[in-house]
Amino acid sequence: MKRRTLIVSASAATGLAALPHLAFAQKKYAPGITDDEIKFGQTGPLSGPASAYGTIGRVQTAYFKMLNEQGGVNGRKLNLVVQDDGYSPPKTVEQVRRLVERDEVAFIFNILGTAPNVAVRKYLNERKIPQLFTAAGASTFGDHKNWPWTIVLQPSYQAEARIYVEYLKKTKPDAKIALLTGNDDAGKDYVEGVKHALGPDSVKKHIVAEATFESTDPNTDSQVLALRGSGADTLIVHGVSKWASMTIRKVYDIGWKPTFILTATATSVSGVLEPAGLEKATGLITSYYLKDPNDPQWANDKGFQDWLAFMKKYYPSGSTGDQLNVYGYTMAQALVQTLKQCKDDLSRENIMKQAANLDVELPMLLPGIRIKTGPNDYFGVEAQRMMRFNGKTWELFGDLIGQN
Amino acid sequence: MAAISDNTAARVVPPVSLAAPVVSGALRTGGLSRLERTGLVLLLALACALPLLVTDYRLFQATMTLIYAIVLFGLTILTGYSGQISLGHGAFYALGAYTTAILIARLGMPYWATLPIAGAVCMVVGFLFGRPALRLQGHYLALATFALAVATPQFLKHKSLQGWTGGVQGITLEKPSAPFGLPMTPDAWLYLLTLFVAVVMFVLGRNLLKGRIGRALLAIRDHPTAASAMGVNISLYKSLAFAVSALFTGVAGGLGAIVVQFVAPDSFHPLLSILFLVGAVIGGLSSWWGPLFGAMFIQFVPNFAEDLSKSAPWAIYGVLMILSVFLLKKGIAGALEGGWRRLTRSRRSSSPTAGAPTSGTTPSSETP
Repeated sequence: MKRRTLIVSASAATGLAALPHLAFAQKKYAPGITDDEIKFGQTGPLSGPASAYGTIGRVQTAYFKMLNEQGGVNGRKLNLVVQDDGYSPPKTVEQVRRLVERDEVAFIFNILGTAPNVAVRKYLNERKIPQLFTAAGASTFGDHKNWPWTIVLQPSYQAEARIYVEYLKKTKPDAKIALLTGNDDAGKDYVEGVKHALGPDSVKKHIVAEATFESTDPNTDSQVLALRGSGADTLIVHGVSKWASMTIRKVYDIGWKPTFILTATATSVSGVLEPAGLEKATGLITSYYLKDPNDPQWANDKGFQDWLAFMKKYYPSGSTGDQLNVYGYTMAQALVQTLKQCKDDLSRENIMKQAANLDVELPMLLPGIRIKTGPNDYFGVEAQRMMRFNGKTWELFGDLIGQN
Repeated sequence: MAAISDNTAARVVPPVSLAAPVVSGALRTGGLSRLERTGLVLLLALACALPLLVTDYRLFQATMTLIYAIVLFGLTILTGYSGQISLGHGAFYALGAYTTAILIARLGMPYWATLPIAGAVCMVVGFLFGRPALRLQGHYLALATFALAVATPQFLKHKSLQGWTGGVQGITLEKPSAPFGLPMTPDAWLYLLTLFVAVVMFVLGRNLLKGRIGRALLAIRDHPTAASAMGVNISLYKSLAFAVSALFTGVAGGLGAIVVQFVAPDSFHPLLSILFLVGAVIGGLSSWWGPLFGAMFIQFVPNFAEDLSKSAPWAIYGVLMILSVFLLKKGIAGALEGGWRRLTRSRRSSSPTAGAPTSGTTPSSETP
């Protein structure tokens, strides 16, 4: 009897081994994952002072709805649970614990903000729960040695600043740089990024003037005049909405013609350049990695048209002029790619492994830009394209800067 | 100088202040009835047993509630007792949290030893801030304290402090596990520690307000001129109230840092100070229980509002707030106590004087 069982099971095993669908026998699921569903969580500011960013979670929820109607990923529907943290780190901790301990999600996706992400990083890493694609660009989120369960895709402000410096080194090695930045975290990051990329020895040689503006300043006239007086021939401006418009106008009106770099934070054609005057903005240089939905050059682009059609059908209340909706869409697609690569091994280890094994071009990334990660590379997008404003649209020029 | 006796204070001080009826009777300085005492013991026993009953996530929420309750108790001392309004307690909460975080992370101090220091630092700063600021009255004091709340996050991000504060990215702390190898999760241990600190703070605060200081503060709130004539050093007592209130908030801030394991400037948005005041008022400035209910409001109502509507949680929050202000004029605790009193009164309705209305009388006249 015993022997017969043995034989039967042995032959069954060999039979199984011969089948091509052996993988089915090796299904591995993290909590929150079943044959039909992948449940994962996110916190974001649905309320409070940063609630404009709440659209990221909404556009992603809409995207997964569309995806689920088309059959999901490998037959599983994606279920994103979004919880409000009001951009307050203690609340992020509470909500992430709720997602992990009560809702039992498989992983955490695209939390907004530097501090909220840092607040839960230790908790998630200790429990070996993937913290995928932080919606904050601080370079600390690519620290794969200390935090192997946390990964970032978007380039940081510092990385962007580095790209401008590389560009200047190539095209204008004797640049005398003037910096105008907002007196906030982003502005400080840009300044640090520029100085870091120049290196300690060349900072004094190249940077001839620095100025900041406050969000309470009525305009930037006095700063622009002071910077021009320094004899600078290159101007790097950290763009913040109306202050960017006013700076562009003032620089043009006083007849100053520096190499004018405007950071990607304020490149909206309709929001910033039109108020300044398109002819005054002509010649501006910037760099970015996503397609700007306000830029008419993408009107006939397949990727843009798909995005627009998606927005109209699945997220009609969202603004089609809002870069954040492009951002959220692209991050959602990167996640879908990750989960596709996981196949049926949806353990947390494999999800993390695949998140750090991406090499993909996505439709709303600028042509030539890839999301590329590896076991020792937890930064997704590191290259950017330079763009020059030709009076109508941002024109891509030059090669990719930075390594992909 | 000699302490003002109960009776003189009561006689001299007419109930002119608007705040008086709200607070009167409720912050009774007298002892507890036997029923109340039994209830309290039962409640405490339940609180101690909580770790056996709920999950770690719920325990975390309960711990945060207790921490907020300590803050609100501090605010109640300031607003309920001395009648001053602070919109800046988020700043003291931040100061306490950062004191604890820096002592643990940069100087390697054990976490429990940092709490008294966090409290002391806040008390000193509160006193120093209070001395000049408390010359301001009513709205102006509220604005001055609000300035503190607005300035704090930017101050914490300042470059010269970055080595200590960690700038925007803040400080991440280790989670302490239970001492002596006690068989419980870190969350359960932190909850019990917080419960212990909360009870100690409540008892300390109550004893403080029961005596001379409490009476002097009430006298100042209800009739400063008369209190001054009685020889009460108004600015000293007001600063003292501010300092004690800051002490409570600082201890809570330190606990908050340990429990959340993280501090950053974004944790202490100016809105936090306003939420504290909202919690204190809605919980009930007129009761010892008020802070507990207020803390529950701060902790759970935003979650509840979010569950109702993801698209406009703050609209729901606003509606709930307006409703509570309209329906529960003395806060949640006041309404519950009112209901309780009516219940017990109807039971012994024989004596018409038994349930003398509490409003309009000063607390000190009501107590023996």
